[in-house]
Amino acid sequence: MTDWPILSTVTFLPLLGAALILMLRTDDADSRRNARWIALWTTLITFGVSLFVLIGFDPSTANFQFIEKQPWIGDAISYHMGVDGISMPFVILTTLLMPLCILASWEAIETRMKEYMIAFLVLETLMIGVFCALDLVIFYLFFEGVLIPMFLIIGVWGGKRRIYASFKFFLYTLLGSVLMLLAIMYMYGQAGTTDIPTLLAFKFTPEMQFWLWLAFFASFAVKMPMWPVHTWLPDAHVEAPTAGSVILAGILLKMGGYGFLRFSLPMFPLASADFAPLIFALSVVAIIYTSIVAYAQTDMKKLIAYSSVAHMGFVTMGIFTATTQGIQGGVFQMISHGVVSAALFLAVGVIYDRMHTREISAYGGLADRMPLYAFCFMLFTMANVGLPGTSGFVGEFLSLMGAFRVNTWVAFLATFGVIASAVYALFLYRHVIFGKLEKANLKAIADLSPREIAIMAPLVILTIVLGFYPAPVLDYTAASVQKLITNYDAALAAAAKLQFAAQ
Amino acid sequence: MPAEITALINGFPLAPEVFLAICAIVLLLVGVMREETSAGPVAILAILALILTGALIVLAESGPRTAFGGAIIDDAFARMMKLLTLAASALSIILSLDYLRREGIFKFEYPVLILLATLGMMLMISSNDLITVYLGLELQSLALYVIAAFHRDNVRSSEAGLKYFVLGALSSGMLLYGCSLVYGSTGSTSFAQIAIAAQAQPASIGLIFGLVFVIAGLAFKVSAVPFHMWTPDVYEGAPSPVTAFFSAAPKVAAMALFTRVVIDAFPGAVDQWRQIVIAIAALSMALGAFAAIGQRNIKRLMAYSSIGNVGFALVGLSAGTVEGVQGLIVYMAIYIAMTLGAFACIIAMRRDGKSVEDIDELAGLSRAQPVTAFILAMLMFSLAGIPPLAGFFAKFYVFDAAIKAQLFWLAVFGVVMSVIAAFYYIRIVIIMYVYEPAERFEPMAGSVKFVFALTGAFVLLYFILPNPLIETASQAARSLF
Repeated sequence: MTDWPILSTVTFLPLLGAALILMLRTDDADSRRNARWIALWTTLITFGVSLFVLIGFDPSTANFQFIEKQPWIGDAISYHMGVDGISMPFVILTTLLMPLCILASWEAIETRMKEYMIAFLVLETLMIGVFCALDLVIFYLFFEGVLIPMFLIIGVWGGKRRIYASFKFFLYTLLGSVLMLLAIMYMYGQAGTTDIPTLLAFKFTPEMQFWLWLAFFASFAVKMPMWPVHTWLPDAHVEAPTAGSVILAGILLKMGGYGFLRFSLPMFPLASADFAPLIFALSVVAIIYTSIVAYAQTDMKKLIAYSSVAHMGFVTMGIFTATTQGIQGGVFQMISHGVVSAALFLAVGVIYDRMHTREISAYGGLADRMPLYAFCFMLFTMANVGLPGTSGFVGEFLSLMGAFRVNTWVAFLATFGVIASAVYALFLYRHVIFGKLEKANLKAIADLSPREIAIMAPLVILTIVLGFYPAPVLDYTAASVQKLITNYDAALAAAAKLQFAAQ
Repeated sequence: MPAEITALINGFPLAPEVFLAICAIVLLLVGVMREETSAGPVAILAILALILTGALIVLAESGPRTAFGGAIIDDAFARMMKLLTLAASALSIILSLDYLRREGIFKFEYPVLILLATLGMMLMISSNDLITVYLGLELQSLALYVIAAFHRDNVRSSEAGLKYFVLGALSSGMLLYGCSLVYGSTGSTSFAQIAIAAQAQPASIGLIFGLVFVIAGLAFKVSAVPFHMWTPDVYEGAPSPVTAFFSAAPKVAAMALFTRVVIDAFPGAVDQWRQIVIAIAALSMALGAFAAIGQRNIKRLMAYSSIGNVGFALVGLSAGTVEGVQGLIVYMAIYIAMTLGAFACIIAMRRDGKSVEDIDELAGLSRAQPVTAFILAMLMFSLAGIPPLAGFFAKFYVFDAAIKAQLFWLAVFGVVMSVIAAFYYIRIVIIMYVYEPAERFEPMAGSVKFVFALTGAFVLLYFILPNPLIETASQAARSLF
């Protein structure tokens, strides 16, 4: 069992499912049903296999685990996979969300079910690959490859303005990424390898760190997304089908944060320290400004999309404090947001499937007819606000604590974001769930079906469990985060010493 | 294999070319004897001749060999580029079989002309002297002018042939003028002698002038900006399989010639020619990216796409290093697969017995013909350079070389242009996948399907085993330096 390439298995299992679906020749009701079931079972099995990674993971060490290495191109570029405490939680998050996405698309997708399921399974392979890759070129392959299925998901199964949204999504993120590609090439030229563990130990000169950091920033800031390059996100979210929004918010945004943690901070510590004030400024603007923008929205998905940008502001702020609390808070916030925002999009999807509108004003008084739904929605709204006892609180609190130790003003301003998020989230909740059930077409609306309960239940449990007992996630990440900070501080100290000696 | 044949191949570097020439002449005779009915057999035999020529190249012993007093060179670079050219030519003939028959212009001259053009290309690739450069180039060009106008009852085809001829003749003139200036200032036409004479610093003004004109002539042949004007019109007017051929084989040969001239003949003037190559690479990438956006005709779009792709390949050359040339070879190899695949689909765009060329005709293809649409979509993503498709690796190696050669701004400019170019590639995907379906196309002929599936599989699965191509290209590039 120890030699079994478990990460490759998890990564490429979905591709196998996609191949199976491809073999369904006809396009009648039977084959559509088969496609759904194959996709569901594939994602469930993938999730099951990924649990072996969770069980077998040794949280006491910061080293990469489950290593696989095969030569690929020449001597320098190899197929190298492995996870550490920072990447492992994201792998589990991905495999967990995928079956829910398949379930959420069960009846919502009316056309081209086969192609849809194939796109999602390919997408899953690529997303898991991003978090497992330990070679920059392999990482880039997965990171960029995600664009193809996501572009098709938005473009083919999206809403009215889907063409515009898919183009914007594709070109925006591509432009950010190609600059990172050039940086990867430069690092390849300097270090002679694209192996990530080797590069983590490689010292780039301060001048080069400056440029490389900017190039990586271009990619991850767009992906994250940070203000002011966030404008693709609301469009993509609104037009994407429900499951597409879930994956966008739940996983794709996390690739940016993961990139900052894996590359920017440890590989370019000096530049990260120099640019931290810029990150703080952008994060604070994102937290406050996009919260206000969110309040002004009339479309539910758009409101949640803007709230995602605000929450990602907490993540970037936390990461670049380079303190234990800050980084752990950032990671936890990403996991929590992965669960909560995914749940919110799923919740919007539930009523969208019934009424085919996302306008806030079209709803009201749903609590009367849909008590179960109202409960789930409330829990996720509270988690989104960051109420203690939900997972949202832990992440925000930790990253604010980290920020407070580094810069009190940043923490002070960011705290307003917590209040602002309460304003828009409660506004949304009140208008959709409370009030009188006056609209005639809502009178017959049905509460959650068993399928929808199956989607919501794991997310409800996770939100509460992580809120009361966050220790498991924090334990898994602790060693890796500690190593990151130790190396970061050592690099800064060495640079300071060098500067001192020069004077 | 009998020892005599091996000895013959090894003793005479030009054996593959001679074999191909004999094949072309014999096929011409066969065609003349048998007249109208002979087109099919001649085409099959021509493909066979190309394959056998390739086998002769593979079987010959490695290591650089020269012939005719150094006018011809056969090294790893030449072998690699010749094999690419032969493959592109053979696939082009396969692509044209069905199309020409349906258009009623399937004549035995067509495969023979392609063989002669290929012979010219092989001479270009092997040339080590300005005289052989011109001989090869003209043999190639004359054959190409004729097949551009092969649909002689069609006004646009005739116009394409005429335009190509006039502008091609102009470029040949510029090239010849450049050659004469180089000869005048160095006293030799041999690359080795020119290289020695060009070592003198500062380089003489006559030599620089000659270099500029030679590069201008070559830029015409690879259709790099600002000498690209003929490309869209010729691509649009020529019959589709001819356009497919134009976009693949002659590009490879002209690129190889370009590389050999600047690297082998002008190593002393490296700063001078690098400036020019950097400029035309940047301009080509920009024009390819912007001008294609407004196109409605898919063949014109592919013309601008080819201009842009030549720009990307030239990024590799502008590095002027082994890595750069390696990148260029990898780029051309992957590019011919992508462009031939795309043209296979264009050739198969037929309704009511006529071929259609408007991009909007592809609307909803994903519903009518899902497999075709999928492969074309992958080809488009690959042309846009999205991993894990082959096109990504092509761009990776040229930009990697540029970065290593410290050409940071060119690399940044290039990748930004590739993002802009991605717009029109993915627009085709959107048209196929989102728009309401138009009617089905006529079923794809088996021969076209073969090329389409082959190139599609190559582009999609290249990432599994990238090493062989990259290693071979690396060896080929090293043999130049």
